[in-house]
Amino acid sequence: MTTSQDILNGNRLALAKLLTKIENNAPEGRDALIELFPHTGKAHLIGVTGAPGTGKSSLVNQLALHYRKVEDKKIAILAVDPSSPFTGGAVLGDRVRMRDLSGDEKVFIRSMATRGSLGGLAQSTANMTQVFDAAGFDIVIIETVGAGQSEVDVARLAHTTLVVEAPGLGDDIQAIKAGILEIADILVVNKGDRPGVENTEKALKSMLDLAHPTEKIFRHHGKSMNVDVPKQNTNTKLWIPPIQRTISTEGVGIAELAELISKHATHLLSGEGWSSRVRIRLQVEMEALIQESLMNRFRQDISKEKYDEVFEKVFQRNISPWEAVKMLMNGRLK
Amino acid sequence: MTDKKIRVLVAKPGLDGHDRGAKVVARALRDAGMEVIYTGLRQTPEMIAEAALQEDVDVVGLSVLSGAHMALAPRIMELLRSNGQSHVKVFIGGIIPDEDLVRLKEMGVTGVYGPGASTDDIIRDIKETVTG
Repeated sequence: MTTSQDILNGNRLALAKLLTKIENNAPEGRDALIELFPHTGKAHLIGVTGAPGTGKSSLVNQLALHYRKVEDKKIAILAVDPSSPFTGGAVLGDRVRMRDLSGDEKVFIRSMATRGSLGGLAQSTANMTQVFDAAGFDIVIIETVGAGQSEVDVARLAHTTLVVEAPGLGDDIQAIKAGILEIADILVVNKGDRPGVENTEKALKSMLDLAHPTEKIFRHHGKSMNVDVPKQNTNTKLWIPPIQRTISTEGVGIAELAELISKHATHLLSGEGWSSRVRIRLQVEMEALIQESLMNRFRQDISKEKYDEVFEKVFQRNISPWEAVKMLMNGRLK
Repeated sequence: MTDKKIRVLVAKPGLDGHDRGAKVVARALRDAGMEVIYTGLRQTPEMIAEAALQEDVDVVGLSVLSGAHMALAPRIMELLRSNGQSHVKVFIGGIIPDEDLVRLKEMGVTGVYGPGASTDDIIRDIKETVTG
């Protein structure tokens, strides 16, 4: 039996091995992906991102438990942690917070290292979610590395992106900066039992009010001021990211969060949202493959000697890198 | 081009709560360029075998300080085998009496390390057994 048939039949060892092959960029992995692709497109991909230590893994643990107990869904979790920029090694520790899920046949947790990628995911993360999708997992949760401000790749992969915040991490200026907060479909304020949780919520709320103004009358120096609301396209209803407070170590707010996630899926499916996200994701994937194969073709066409010769000219400052590229590309066409 | 990394599961089976040694080893393996999946304290053999399967590891490293190694190690090895992972190498670190060392090796444990073992030796042994 082929690997892809084993995967479709629910063989967990075959699944684990295929994930490794994809991660290692092995040709067998590609072959299986080609065969599995027609079986993809059914799972709900949920991205979970946020700063290190905000409680992403514990939240994922609770969310998965909820889906198992209340909705009996098959859950896959892909947990990404950083690789060392120096040795390429990694300590992947997200499973430590997910021990409640062990012993359940309908849960599959896989840890992976970024292996040099900088966007919060690894290069093969998207392909690994496709395998889970084809293997019949209803929900695939992708947990990013502890993200700073600009690790936003997950938003291009997931249907629904949760950004996890915790009290005490930043003020209202942090909240209006571009980047990670913009990609949230749902904002989670975790560690809701910690002091300062109201301030965090307030800062996020005022950030959302600036991004999505609703009609209001402000009193400014005694005069009332009307704030106009920009006209909205009536065909697509606007999704304003809700804020959900949770205490993931105790499971507080998890049912409400799951409810918001399913509302978001319904919202996307009711309009063009779902398909436009899928379109973007597949386009990103295809672009990356085009780049890779162009690069391969380039390396085949241009001999190493030629390349070194041209580079040496750049190094000697005889020609600029721009001219060097022109020479190499023209050389290819000849 | 394929890019293979050695994947190691570092686990603490049983009830003792001292994971300093496990963390030192995990860190050393990381610095040797391996991907280390750390699972935390008080794992059952079933939890360890399940994690080894899902993570498709090459090596399982067990840290046992409770003296229960003669009960835990064979059970974990049996579970690995029944899951189709007999190729996974098992290493044990902890307080292991000499007479148990021989029996553990007979059972198929690849390496056993006591107090004062050098992380360089562990790294070398893992690399040798995995890459052959």
